[in-house]
Amino acid sequence: MSVLDSIQTKDFLIEKILKNYSGIFDKGTGEQLALIKREKVIHPVLYLGMGTCGIVSGADKTYMAIQKYLNDNNLEAEVVKTGCLGFCSAEPLLDIQLPGKARISYQHVTQEKVEDLLNAVFHHTLIPENILGQHRFASHEEWPGVDFIDQHPFFAQQHRNVLHNTGLISPWSIDDYLARGGYKSLFKTVLNYTPDKVCEIIEQSELRGRGGGGYATGKKWRNALDTGSDQKFLVCNAEESDPGVFLNRAFIEGDPHRVLEGIAIASYAIGANSAYIHIRYNHEQSLMIMENAIAQAKEYGILGENIFASGFNLNLFIRKGAGAFVCGEETSLIASMESQRGTPQTKPPYPTEKGLFGHPTVVNNVETLANVPAILENGPTWFRSIGTNGSKGTKVISLAGKATRKGFVEVPMGIPISNIVFDIAGGISDGKPLKAVQIGGPFGICIPPKGLSAEIGYESLQEIGASLGLCGLTLLDEDICMVSLSKYFMKLLHKESCGKCIPCREGTHRMLEILEGITKRPKEESSHETLERFKGVVQLENLAEVIHDTSLCGLGKNAPNPVLSSLKWFRDEFEEHIFDRKCRAGVCNDLRSFFIDVDICNGCNVCQKKCPETAIIGAIRMPHFIVESKCTGCGICFDSCKFNAIYYK
Amino acid sequence: MQFDIEINGEQVTAKKGETIKNVLDRIGIKVPTLCNMNGFTPTGSCRLCVVEVDGLQGLVPSCSHQVEEWMKIKTHSPRVLKARKTIVELLLARHPDECLYCNRNKNCELQSLAEELDIRERKHQTKRLSIQIDRACSSIERDPAKCILCGRCIRICDEVIGVAAIDIMGRGSDSRIGTSYNKGLNVSSCVKCGQCIMVCPTAALSERSNIQTVLDALHNPELFPVIQFSPTVPASIAEDFNLKTSKDILNLFRAALKKMGFRQIFDTSMAADLTIMEEAAEFIDRWNKQSVLPMFTSCCPSWVRYAEEEKRKLLPNLSSTRSPQQMMGRVVKNYITSSAGQKPSSVFVVSVMPCTSKKHEAEGDVMKDNNTRYVDAVLTTRELVRLIRLMGIDFSCLEPEPNDTAFSLRSSAGKLFGVSGGHLEGLIRTIHYMMTGQEINPIKINDLRGLKTKKETHIKIGKQVLKVMAVSGLANVKSVLDEIESGRKDVHIVEVMTCPFGCINGGGQRIGSDEKSLKSRMKAIYDVDEEEMIKVAHKNPIITDLYDKFLGHPNSDQNKDLLHQVPITEKTV
Amino acid sequence: MNELIEKMVPRFPVNKKDSLLGMLQEIQKAHGFLTEELIREVAQYLHLPVNKIYGLATFYDQFRFHALGKYHFQICNGTSCHLSESSINIKDLENQLYTKDGGISRDRKFSLESVSCMGSCEQGPVVKINATVFTNVSPDELNRIIRSLKDKTE
Repeated sequence: MSVLDSIQTKDFLIEKILKNYSGIFDKGTGEQLALIKREKVIHPVLYLGMGTCGIVSGADKTYMAIQKYLNDNNLEAEVVKTGCLGFCSAEPLLDIQLPGKARISYQHVTQEKVEDLLNAVFHHTLIPENILGQHRFASHEEWPGVDFIDQHPFFAQQHRNVLHNTGLISPWSIDDYLARGGYKSLFKTVLNYTPDKVCEIIEQSELRGRGGGGYATGKKWRNALDTGSDQKFLVCNAEESDPGVFLNRAFIEGDPHRVLEGIAIASYAIGANSAYIHIRYNHEQSLMIMENAIAQAKEYGILGENIFASGFNLNLFIRKGAGAFVCGEETSLIASMESQRGTPQTKPPYPTEKGLFGHPTVVNNVETLANVPAILENGPTWFRSIGTNGSKGTKVISLAGKATRKGFVEVPMGIPISNIVFDIAGGISDGKPLKAVQIGGPFGICIPPKGLSAEIGYESLQEIGASLGLCGLTLLDEDICMVSLSKYFMKLLHKESCGKCIPCREGTHRMLEILEGITKRPKEESSHETLERFKGVVQLENLAEVIHDTSLCGLGKNAPNPVLSSLKWFRDEFEEHIFDRKCRAGVCNDLRSFFIDVDICNGCNVCQKKCPETAIIGAIRMPHFIVESKCTGCGICFDSCKFNAIYYK
Repeated sequence: MQFDIEINGEQVTAKKGETIKNVLDRIGIKVPTLCNMNGFTPTGSCRLCVVEVDGLQGLVPSCSHQVEEWMKIKTHSPRVLKARKTIVELLLARHPDECLYCNRNKNCELQSLAEELDIRERKHQTKRLSIQIDRACSSIERDPAKCILCGRCIRICDEVIGVAAIDIMGRGSDSRIGTSYNKGLNVSSCVKCGQCIMVCPTAALSERSNIQTVLDALHNPELFPVIQFSPTVPASIAEDFNLKTSKDILNLFRAALKKMGFRQIFDTSMAADLTIMEEAAEFIDRWNKQSVLPMFTSCCPSWVRYAEEEKRKLLPNLSSTRSPQQMMGRVVKNYITSSAGQKPSSVFVVSVMPCTSKKHEAEGDVMKDNNTRYVDAVLTTRELVRLIRLMGIDFSCLEPEPNDTAFSLRSSAGKLFGVSGGHLEGLIRTIHYMMTGQEINPIKINDLRGLKTKKETHIKIGKQVLKVMAVSGLANVKSVLDEIESGRKDVHIVEVMTCPFGCINGGGQRIGSDEKSLKSRMKAIYDVDEEEMIKVAHKNPIITDLYDKFLGHPNSDQNKDLLHQVPITEKTV
Repeated sequence: MNELIEKMVPRFPVNKKDSLLGMLQEIQKAHGFLTEELIREVAQYLHLPVNKIYGLATFYDQFRFHALGKYHFQICNGTSCHLSESSINIKDLENQLYTKDGGISRDRKFSLESVSCMGSCEQGPVVKINATVFTNVSPDELNRIIRSLKDKTE
């Protein structure tokens, strides 16, 4: 239910807004634009966060409830489905904008809250619970006594550059993006700049890849531009299958056209006429939004043949990744796109020389590309003014684990991790003490609170052994066992290792076995066994060094990181597991030995029946006994005993 | 462009575009590898050839990393040695500890690496792999537990043979080399050529052994064991026992076989002469009718199997002549041993072939008649070596045994079968004679010789000109077949060998054969051709005698069943 | 040629190197899993060895080689879900559903699969049964769900 008819909107946006270099409009145009941008609204507008996280939290039910409410009360209002604002733990998020009034955000709007909430708002009163804040806009009347959303601790320290529109506009509408100045950089680029000039601008901006290695983006583009070939490709890597990070939804589900614009500019800069965007098969929402966005851009003449009559052609295809973690690595990604097993290839030759189908190919992370339009718009100097030496611009970081506020945020480079952990994420929920922060997903490291003064940035994170790519912060409290966590990451990497090179394939397997050995009850109580387990830890360090030194790709090289950092900071916990067979967090259940107190046991036989290993023997109404060699320490008997006759140590 | 780089503190000249390993090979520094193969693009998967380069973060694989001017390389620094040692220790962690019982004991790359790197303890106490051995195929046995996933077999099967019967299945530490849906090799597209065995560093791939069967037969008083050997076998045996390849070697070899208990010894080359006679007559028949040309040779069972599986349209083009092994078996059981007073059922024919595919051929339906097999057991050259050692034969004490059976007389044309292009050369000699009544001159066809996988030439026979082609390495055949399928008409005879360069490089040869040994095997064969008096099949007195006494004339109806077959089997994959 | 593959022909030309993965994805979507016959058909169509296709398919998480159960359980094994208070023990679940991770129960009622991340990291543990997503699932709740599914007769 747009204010303007869609055909009119298209012509209006392309002719009057996009092609207007000066950015100065006459009054009529300005008013029309304000309507499209919903700066000025005639009817109330409701913005509902319908990203993956929103839907999982029940946004679809909230949506139904809203529609029902509007129908029942015969109200005319527009409901806009936006992407995720980043504050995922506050979902479902509902913003309401009454004509002339400021846009106000509510969190946790589940379906049952809809009626009361809307009743109040439409009568210009507010229910104070669950208000997140109101959006600042000069000509809108403020709601009295409501904080501005940019003062909220989650947003106050953010610098939303690539996330500028995310969560505020509809990812399903190209108009929303165009109205906010979208595709202007592309327009400017293809008509005024040579590819060489674009590379130069990006080089000057000192933008570095946001994926893994942090290679200078401008240099990469130039390498591809300088390689002679009749065909070149650009690949946008949105494969990201890092558990617990899932950042591509921030870009694709929130502001897909920004990514498309970045892809188009990059393709122009390297001289590619075909570009691919690689999205994992099970990211259904991202796939749907991207397909829709591409179709719209084609309809508007922004993709396809002869873009803006510049003679530049670009065909964009979506490739569905079939699901392999290692395909985040660029050579494996290319192998997977060529319908081969996604194993990494030795470099050199780099993909910029010989990539997809043997042609020069630039593989850029989705976040890198999302940064490009703003750099072209505001100039390299502007971009360089944000961040630190060596790390320019902003970084989108995900927050997960036991944090009070979870989701993803965009912060300027150089911000100390502690600011993000304590101010933005609000520390551990329920005010529990922070034990450690895990940085960088499965390849990442665990650091204790005292290490949190490190800053976000390529070099500063490298110093502490982490990498900026896949930058997720997972907050851990005392209930987390570091040994078990290391085991979890190792298990994951072991499963995701492609199996091509020996150190990674066999090394991760072996490291996992050692960790499993530490978290399991030894078969016998001899000191020899304990020594063997201790030797395992020494081996872990040796193996880690060799795996890091010799593996073929980034997955293998970084696979030992979580174990090494845990060993460095939490060695006492490893030693406890080995020597005392104790897990202080109570996670490693397999370490426990169970016993039956003969004085309490009345022989009710419940535990014997429940024991999956038939490790409990005993006659009815006689005290029972646990055969230690059979017991796996699952604890079922402990849970099932009504008389507390079973204890463990 | 040339420049100097530093290797282990010394200045070494390197060329731009070379890999580090190229340079190391040149200056004689050995770095181990498990995945690299000569002539293939490096995959960099084993990481054993890593070296330390100043200024680079990790260790780099020398097989794939190119030299650059600024490089300072250390090839055996403590860091590198530790890495190599750890990698091999990791491989050994799950490897079955079966060296003493292993087929490749003392001939295993993993074993020698462990020894070279001075690994003296089992570092990792972990469970050994135990995976069911694939014994479904009559030629090749796969033991996935011993596999170290170097990927060589996959590459040779895909890139050289072109059938891709095996690939890596699964991912990570669960990945295994296998066939689709984990079925046996027998139902895959495998052509049993055995090239995978030749490149396998461990015993993950090996031939199905027939040693015990042969031993039993040798010691069974009711059986009359005889043996036939393929043209390349004596030269290969000489390599294994460090004997000088000379004329005597054949007689020494015969003496060894005699000593082992074989009652009669036949040279398969004699049957090859017979094959030439039949094939020549068949070709002339096709030529005169100008139908179903080009004619493909059919002496290589792997090629026949490939055609049956993949190129059924071209099956009529395959010569119907039986392979030398089949012919020899048939002739031996039907005629020759009967003259020695033996019943076919009590004669036990063993053939020694440089080939694993012949094992499969011998067990096929074309090789039996009323439950009598024409060849009872096939040994590869490797197995024969083992058998000779087992029987305690010492070549240095053997008296050369002169040729006693009349039936092992052969022309050098039959001998040429062992090398790609040789079969064709022998065949052309006889075709020329049959078509013109005159011997070809010069008798040597140089265009068809040499270590090349694709050789072609024009042959003038009287007023006609034949275009002939010898292709080896099945992957190379594909393109030729595609051309012919899409209507190429100018070729008349195509000789196909599955293994590159022919049987001298067969899947049953000594493991670790390099180009040098291939060349010496080839030379041995050509030398025979130089020295031999009878250079053409149609002059072999035994052959002429056979035709006179039993067979009538070549390609006649009366020997259709004995010497010809129709190659069609059910398609498997 | 199989109908399913015939339909795909215009979109996946033989001469394009990258047709294979897309075709397998569509087959899986239409058929639920990759059968030997279909792989063979694809092999014939694209002139590729069957073993290569099978080797490729086993590399990726997406492809399955057996049908799904009536109730397909997907357990999120992402970092957040793993860390959440009462993370789901896959072993227990295997016992309850009479199947292995990545397998199907003998009565074909349940199949189980642990997946890397479903993108709902804030609501863990997450379990997806067919198309329904359950968030913040406690072991007790999961037990209840399984029991009710088990009790359901056809």
